[in-house]
Amino acid sequence: MSQIEIKNVSVTFQNKKQRITAVSQVSIAIQKGEIFGIVGLTGAGKSTLVRTINGLQRPTTGEVIVDGINITRANKSTLTRARQKIGIIFQNFNLVQNRTLGENIAFALNAGGYPKRQQNKKITELLDLVDLADRKDNYPGQLSGGQKQRVGIARALANDPDILLCDEATSALDLETAEEIVAILKDINTRLHITIVFITHQLEVARSLFQRVAVMENGHIVEQATAYDLFANPRSAMGRRLVGRFLATALPSEIRQRLASVPGQLLALRYRGEDSLDPIITKIAGEIGVNVNIIQGRIEYVQAKAIGVLTVFVTGQAAQLLAAIKAFKQQVDQVEVVPL
Amino acid sequence: MSETLQILQQNLGQALWETAEMVIISGVIGVIFGTLLGILLYYYANPLFSPHPLVNATVGFVINAIRSLPFLILMVVLIPLAKLLAGDPYTPMGGTVSLSVAAIPFYARLAEGAFADVDPGVVEAATATGAKFSLIFRQVLFPEALPALIRGIVLTVISLLGYSAMVGTIGAGGIGNLAIQFGYNRYETGVLIFVIIILVIIVQLIQWVGDQLAEHYTKV
Repeated sequence: MSQIEIKNVSVTFQNKKQRITAVSQVSIAIQKGEIFGIVGLTGAGKSTLVRTINGLQRPTTGEVIVDGINITRANKSTLTRARQKIGIIFQNFNLVQNRTLGENIAFALNAGGYPKRQQNKKITELLDLVDLADRKDNYPGQLSGGQKQRVGIARALANDPDILLCDEATSALDLETAEEIVAILKDINTRLHITIVFITHQLEVARSLFQRVAVMENGHIVEQATAYDLFANPRSAMGRRLVGRFLATALPSEIRQRLASVPGQLLALRYRGEDSLDPIITKIAGEIGVNVNIIQGRIEYVQAKAIGVLTVFVTGQAAQLLAAIKAFKQQVDQVEVVPL
Repeated sequence: MSETLQILQQNLGQALWETAEMVIISGVIGVIFGTLLGILLYYYANPLFSPHPLVNATVGFVINAIRSLPFLILMVVLIPLAKLLAGDPYTPMGGTVSLSVAAIPFYARLAEGAFADVDPGVVEAATATGAKFSLIFRQVLFPEALPALIRGIVLTVISLLGYSAMVGTIGAGGIGNLAIQFGYNRYETGVLIFVIIILVIIVQLIQWVGDQLAEHYTKV
C-alpha cells in the first residue's frame, strides 16, 4: 500500500460571486521513501493540493489517506497525532520572528509532547543537522534566507516525521542557496528515509531532486512520470511547455537573423543518453542529401541519466527538408521545428 | 500666584492619585478582558481554527454597540451600574466602572487587530505541527502580537486618561476634576495651565515607555 493516497480529491472555494475549483479530481499515490514532485505554474492548485495531505485544507470531495489514516475524515485528536508525523516547510519559512531559533524548535517539540528535560539536547541535534548549532539563541531576523529555511527544516523534523511536505521551499532563494537546500533534503531522504513531497514551479529543482513528478494545470494532474521521462519526453502540453522552456536553447538574435536569410530549417532535437548524434546526422545528411550544421548542443542530467539537447540547421531543397525532418522524427526522441 | 500654589499643594497629590487609580484599574480590566475578547474574535474568524460566524458576529455586534456610544453618554447610562458595583458612583471607584466598560471593547478591537496581523503563514506552520491552540497562543500568537498589544495598551491608557477627566466632572475626582473645579469654575488659569502641562508630560512618558517596550519585544 502506498504511504500517501490522494483519492479523487477536489477542492473548491466559494466566494460571494463565484465558485473556484482549485483542485479537480486528483488521484496520486506516493510510496514510502520516495521524493515526489508536483510541478506547475503559479495558481495551478499545487499549494492547495499539498495542504490536503496534512489536513490544513479539507478536500471538498475525495479523500486523503496517510499511513492508513484517513486525514479527510479524522477527528481533531487523530489529525493532531497525524500532523506530528508530517513535517512541512514553506516558501516564506514562516518562523516565529520574535522567538529564538531554539524556541522555534522547542515549540514544535512541545506540540509533539517531547519531554521538556530532553528538549535542549534534541534542539542541538536538530540544528546540528542543518549546520546551525551555534545559532540557537539567534532570532530569525538575524539569518539569511537559506539559513531560515534550514531552521524551517529543523523545525519540521522535530517530531521525527515520516513525511516532509515542501511548499515552494526554494522559490524565495537564489539558485545557489536553493541547491544547498536541495542537497540537505536529499541527504534527509537517504539517511532518515523520509518521504518528500515537493511542489515547485522551478524545473531546476525538479531536475536535481525529484524521482517522480506530477504536472499540474488548472487544478488537474495532466501527467505523471519519472523525472527522467518528463524531461526526456513530456507527454502533456503543459509538461512540454515547462520542460521546453527549461531546456530551451535560445540563440543570440544575430545568429537567428543570419540563419533566417538562408533557406533552411532550424531543428531542436532532444534525445536520451550520452551518445553522440553524429552517426544519425551523418546518415540522414548522406541519404537525403541535405546539409546539417550543428549550431549548439549540451547534455542535461536528470536523476544521473543524460538527456542530450542539440540545435541543428538543415539546408537543402524544400522536399529534402521535409524528408529530413521526417527522418529525424523517426530516429530521435523529440524533434521540434524552431521558427526563425 | 500664591493662591494657585496653595490650591495645587492642597489638591494635586490627591487628584493625581485618583486619576492613577481610575486609569490603572480600568486599564488592567480593559486589557485583560479586551485581550480575551480579542482572542475570541480572532479564533472564531480564522479558518485554521473553528470559524464560527455567528459567535463572531454576535460578539462583534456587542463590542460595536458599546463603542458607538459617546463616552459622555455611556458614563451617564452606567451610573446605576456604578452604584451597584462601587456603592457611590461619584467616587474614583464609581468612575472606574464606566471607564472599564469603555476600555474593554476598545482594547478588544485593538487586540483582535494585533492577532489578525500575525503572519497567517506562521500560524499555519504552527498548526501544521499538530499543536493545540493554547500552545499556539502562548508560543506563537502572543510573542508575535506582543509589540502591537503593547502599542494598544498605550493607546488605551492615553484614551482612559482623557475619559477620566470627563468622569471627574461628574464628581469622581481626579486631575480633570481639579482643572474644571478650580481652573474653570474659579478662574484659576494657573491651575488649568499646570494641569495641562502635567497631562502632556504624563502622555509623553506613557508613549515613550510603550515605544521602548514594543521595540524591546520586536526581534525582526
